[in-house]
Amino acid sequence: MRVVLGEDLTLLRDGLIRLLTAYDMDVVAAVDNGPELARALVEHRPDVAVVDVRLPPTFTDEGLKAAIQARAEVPGLPVLVLSQHVEPLYARELLSSAGGGLGYLLKDRVSDVRRFIEAARTVAGGGTAMDPDVVSALMARHARDEPLSCLTPREREVLALMAEGHANAGIAARLVVTEKAVSKHINNIFTKLNLYPDDDGNRRVLAVLAYLNA
Amino acid sequence: MRIATPYRPRPAGAADGLAGRLECCRWLLTDPATWRDLLWSLINVPAGVVLGLMPMAQAEVASSLLAPTRGEMAARVGQLTVSRTRAVDASAAELRRIERDLHDGPQARLVALGLNIGFAEQVLRDNPDLALSLLAEARASSGQALAELRTLVRGIHPPVLAERGLDGAVRALALSLPLPVDLRIDLAGRASAPVESAAYFAIAEALANVVKHSGATRAWVQLDHAAGRLVAIVGDNGTGGAAPRSGGGLRGVERRLAAFDGVVAVTSPAGGPTLVTMELPCELSSART
Repeated sequence: MRVVLGEDLTLLRDGLIRLLTAYDMDVVAAVDNGPELARALVEHRPDVAVVDVRLPPTFTDEGLKAAIQARAEVPGLPVLVLSQHVEPLYARELLSSAGGGLGYLLKDRVSDVRRFIEAARTVAGGGTAMDPDVVSALMARHARDEPLSCLTPREREVLALMAEGHANAGIAARLVVTEKAVSKHINNIFTKLNLYPDDDGNRRVLAVLAYLNA
Repeated sequence: MRIATPYRPRPAGAADGLAGRLECCRWLLTDPATWRDLLWSLINVPAGVVLGLMPMAQAEVASSLLAPTRGEMAARVGQLTVSRTRAVDASAAELRRIERDLHDGPQARLVALGLNIGFAEQVLRDNPDLALSLLAEARASSGQALAELRTLVRGIHPPVLAERGLDGAVRALALSLPLPVDLRIDLAGRASAPVESAAYFAIAEALANVVKHSGATRAWVQLDHAAGRLVAIVGDNGTGGAAPRSGGGLRGVERRLAAFDGVVAVTSPAGGPTLVTMELPCELSSART
């Protein structure tokens, strides 16, 4: 799996290269600023781009902009965005950029190595990895809304895990219930929220995120 | 050419003594030139005095018409002293709070983190299970330290404000609230960082009050810049009756804006709606592209 890395802090860039390499990923380019990142993404067309939001030269949202721009030039380019803080606003902008695997995680999540690598692979495979903090912010925003307040606490948990991008098996494992129970919850959720169930895992995730992001 | 003396000739061969003096008086009193001289003296002296005082009077009139009055100057100095003292007090209190939060939060977590890693190092060979659980604890500590730092940073200067300016930060703020917020933002550029920060926290406080107290189902924010003033209006369709209480959030906003000569006005009749209007004099720099 070929990776392009955009991270300006040397300590973190070296750590990520070491980590990704240890899990059989090939870091084909590691850059530390926005313009170079934009070039590297289009030139290398990696299986997944791991990108820090804040990069030189402006130290604002250079990385995010480069990622969104590259997804416009290379449709379906999988991007995993990392940041010291997560904003539902940025998640919305990323989700509205043309399809393909997408991840948006807090930088802290890299300390859970197994899950971080799993997220990188999910995104490379066209899936979604949304940070629990983004999802809980989106859920909190809708907490007072009619259809969402009708969900049971367990259904809300399942909805949140779905929005983070987990498949049924992953949700079952985290909640320590059977996959059959998870499907039953998911059917109830879709009925209550008036969403059409979708067999395609990632389309389902995107539908849930679109619902929460509305 | 000769210019004749304006006076009549002195009587020639005037006798000495009383008769002579009388003759002299008669000559003086009957000469029209004497009366003309007297008239000149009468007019010239006051006119000279008036003309001499004129520049001083003119300065006095000009300063009274053009310069601020003494009273106004004193009031302005008083106002600046008060707002400066409050701003200094508030920022000192803020720094103390940050110091305390860092001390009790992330610093303590990092100490625990180091302790756990050091302990794990010691027992790694003899007791790998204990080492594993210590490392897991250390990782949890680092996560908590980061979460605390994030909260702290948001309170000091929200990253989205640094990245997107007031426009983007208010949009992000609106997305984080549990009620729909209609936005009308029209800013052609960015204000200076301190002004952006003051305006952001003022709007955040007003919106937090909407969520906490108003019982509103909708809120809206209007933000624009005209005639050298940044104007933010936060409104809601709640129950009204809001008033700045001492020690309350709106008083804090008032203090914060006063440091920039900004003002807050709240209209909130019982039954609503509530409107919080904030104005900050400032210039915008052209938008970064």
